[in-house]
Amino acid sequence: MKIDHTKPLEYSTDQNQLNILGFWIFLGAEIMLFATLFTTYFTLQGRTGNGPTPGEIFEITPVLIETFVLLTSSFTIGLAIHAMRLGRKKAMLTFFGITLLLGLGFLSTEILEFMTYYHEGATYQTSAFTAALMTTLGTHGGHVTLGLFWGLFIILQVKKRGLTPENANKAFIFSLYWHFLDVVWIFIFSFIYLKGMIM
Amino acid sequence: MEFLKFFERFAIPNPSPMIYGSMVAIALVSIGIVVGITYFKKWGYLWREWFTTVDHKKIGIMYLISALLMLFRGGADAILMRAQLATPDGKLLDAQHYNEIFTTHGVVMIMFMAMPFIFAFMNLIVPLQIGARDVAFPRLNALSFWLFFAGAMLFNLSFVIGGSPDAGWTSYFPLAGNDFSESVGTNYYMLALQISGIGSLMTGINMMTTILKMRAPGMTLMKMPMFTWSSLIANVIIVFAFPVLTVALLMGTTDRLFGTHFFATSNGGMDMLWANFFWVWGHPEVYILILPAFGIYSEVISTFSRRNLYGYTSMVASMVLISLLSFLVWTHHFFTMGQGALTNSIFSITTMAIAVPTGVKIFNWLFTMWKGKIRFTTPMLYAVGFIPLFTIGGVTGVMLAMSAADYQYHNTMFLVAHFHNTIIPGVVFAMLAGLTYYWPKFFGFMLNEKIGKTTFWLLSVGFVLAFFPMYITGLDGQARRMYTYSAATGFGPLNLVSFVGAGLMAIAFLTIVYNVYYSFKNSPRNIGSDPWDARSLEWATHTPVPEYNFARLPQVSSSEAFWDSKKKGHQLFTGELKDIHMPNNSGVPFIMGIIFFIAGFSFVFALWVPAVIGLIGVFVCMALRSFEVDHGRHIHVKEIKEIEEKLGGAKNENRPHETSRV
Repeated sequence: MKIDHTKPLEYSTDQNQLNILGFWIFLGAEIMLFATLFTTYFTLQGRTGNGPTPGEIFEITPVLIETFVLLTSSFTIGLAIHAMRLGRKKAMLTFFGITLLLGLGFLSTEILEFMTYYHEGATYQTSAFTAALMTTLGTHGGHVTLGLFWGLFIILQVKKRGLTPENANKAFIFSLYWHFLDVVWIFIFSFIYLKGMIM
Repeated sequence: MEFLKFFERFAIPNPSPMIYGSMVAIALVSIGIVVGITYFKKWGYLWREWFTTVDHKKIGIMYLISALLMLFRGGADAILMRAQLATPDGKLLDAQHYNEIFTTHGVVMIMFMAMPFIFAFMNLIVPLQIGARDVAFPRLNALSFWLFFAGAMLFNLSFVIGGSPDAGWTSYFPLAGNDFSESVGTNYYMLALQISGIGSLMTGINMMTTILKMRAPGMTLMKMPMFTWSSLIANVIIVFAFPVLTVALLMGTTDRLFGTHFFATSNGGMDMLWANFFWVWGHPEVYILILPAFGIYSEVISTFSRRNLYGYTSMVASMVLISLLSFLVWTHHFFTMGQGALTNSIFSITTMAIAVPTGVKIFNWLFTMWKGKIRFTTPMLYAVGFIPLFTIGGVTGVMLAMSAADYQYHNTMFLVAHFHNTIIPGVVFAMLAGLTYYWPKFFGFMLNEKIGKTTFWLLSVGFVLAFFPMYITGLDGQARRMYTYSAATGFGPLNLVSFVGAGLMAIAFLTIVYNVYYSFKNSPRNIGSDPWDARSLEWATHTPVPEYNFARLPQVSSSEAFWDSKKKGHQLFTGELKDIHMPNNSGVPFIMGIIFFIAGFSFVFALWVPAVIGLIGVFVCMALRSFEVDHGRHIHVKEIKEIEEKLGGAKNENRPHETSRV
């Protein structure tokens, strides 16, 4: 493994550079995945059958909590990567941990929100609208869940093996993933929740 | 008795003697394979050299074998259909059985024959053409293959356990919903395509990264060989089209298994949403198949015309244009389903526009041959046959693109004739050209030219006889997907001609098998590394190709670096030998394939416990991979020297004289 010390640690080997480009391409595919889900949602949002409409079930409080928590976590993962580039392992791990805790907070709130929907009679099977809503939110939430495990594994590996080029690469790619989930959430917040509550 | 009840779900809903016969045949062949491997003590060899391999060449060969097997499975479906329709009021198949067969024929041929065939060539050729030692993510590449294989096996299991899908390869809702497709067949469709689709998406990412980052020194994008360019574009389309299929299949699965209402006709569901998503993926999919085929024709035509490819830049530009347009034409698959005149007109125009870049490519191939020293080898015959036949398919495509006229053609045999007219001379001919052209590179001997040419003629004549009559019966009103027709319609004679044509095609495919057998026994092995006098880098290394591909990475200064090194004294390989870094083998991709297969099968039958365990197994494999430390291994200079000496010796032996191959 040849290490190029003129580059940041996460870019310092050939394989690291391949991994990062490959992941950007993967994010391109993810954009198409979420674009398809949004298309589904926009097509089906008015088709509520006998079930509730968006305006009837959306509540602003849990959504605002989720938004603030997730946006903050995007900032803290940025700080973690900044600390990593400075070689400050402890600070990096701290910010990584905070990011994951915030992610856990987001996920818990979302689960509570889903339970509320369920009690209000908006289940996965109720209508085309509820199915589209829960698939879109669920896919995003599923990504966050996967991210929590992934992030935890990276913390354990950095603790065990230190800031090696490989670990730095993993952490950097994780940060790309996490920022991406945040961007998706901004679209969910604006075009699903806000739009649904206004209209 | 409770115990037996559990197994009732696996019974075939519409059994026939043919299916029972197939069950017995499958069981016997499976037992035969297992016994055979055990008897010859080959399990260890298979595990070490194939199941755990991450070598792009071996993965390519596994794709190739799978594609050929699926070609025969899909071909058997085709023959059954043509036999049923050969005479009016045919009695060979009933309506249900016919529905199942045209469904599996379409899915198998597109997803499990054509796709692995192009993946085979991408794997075999792209790293060699760009002077790389492997793909960017070798282990992911193995996973892609095993996911494809798991999906293919799952799909093929359907007709002996639980029943085949019967809603057409397009699987339109509400027909594909539980109300109208009661058996688990459509579950198989959703899950098998999902699993192999994930594999395809990963190949797309892998190949794009490989081509963008791992080219030999000096090979700028505009110096890449044309097959590599076509692969790059096809993989870009894969990355952007397959996620749409992923979501559509997911929603179709939840509709069928969890009672959601995405595509249902009640509670707000919208059946046309499926049709739109299916074709937003499905039309680009057509170009995923045809662009690499175009790439192979470009290589073949250039080599056997002894000229560089005419209009390199316009070739690239036309492929980029096709890839963009491919996402803007999907509605033309259902002009008759009520979008209104404006929408239909827009999609008519975008569809016709695709004919322009395609036409540019046709003329470029013609100009490449113009004043060239043409050698009519088997691959070249396929390429030359492709041009007129494919053009006819293209012209009938423009006819179908006229939305007003499409009301006459829609869902008739005219359409069936059109798309077979593009896919067979377009994709299948290219795959067979590629098979013949690249065979010596990977197997060390050439396929017999005489038998190869016989195959070409049988296939071409068979193709024309099988499909051109359908244009006429289609215009006369014969609908596709109908299992029978009356003598009064007058479709009988032309359908009989189609059956004869299909028979000739079947014989043609059998001659390929015979050719492999014959050539394996009789072909000389001292063919050197460049038996066709070719032009690009894949021919610059030894035959058989060593696992590291190139001992020294080639230096490139044009799109035909190897030709330059032969004719213009260009130095390809300079500098000292160094240790070569290679990835380690791994059994995890194979194991993940099995887990995906089990999970998929469990989902098909709504067996939730094994399904959930399977999904957890997938994540456990991913977690283990995260913690694994694997720095690969090095092949040392001494070892490289020994291998090079051994392979280089064969290179200097006498090559068969040129004329004997022409």
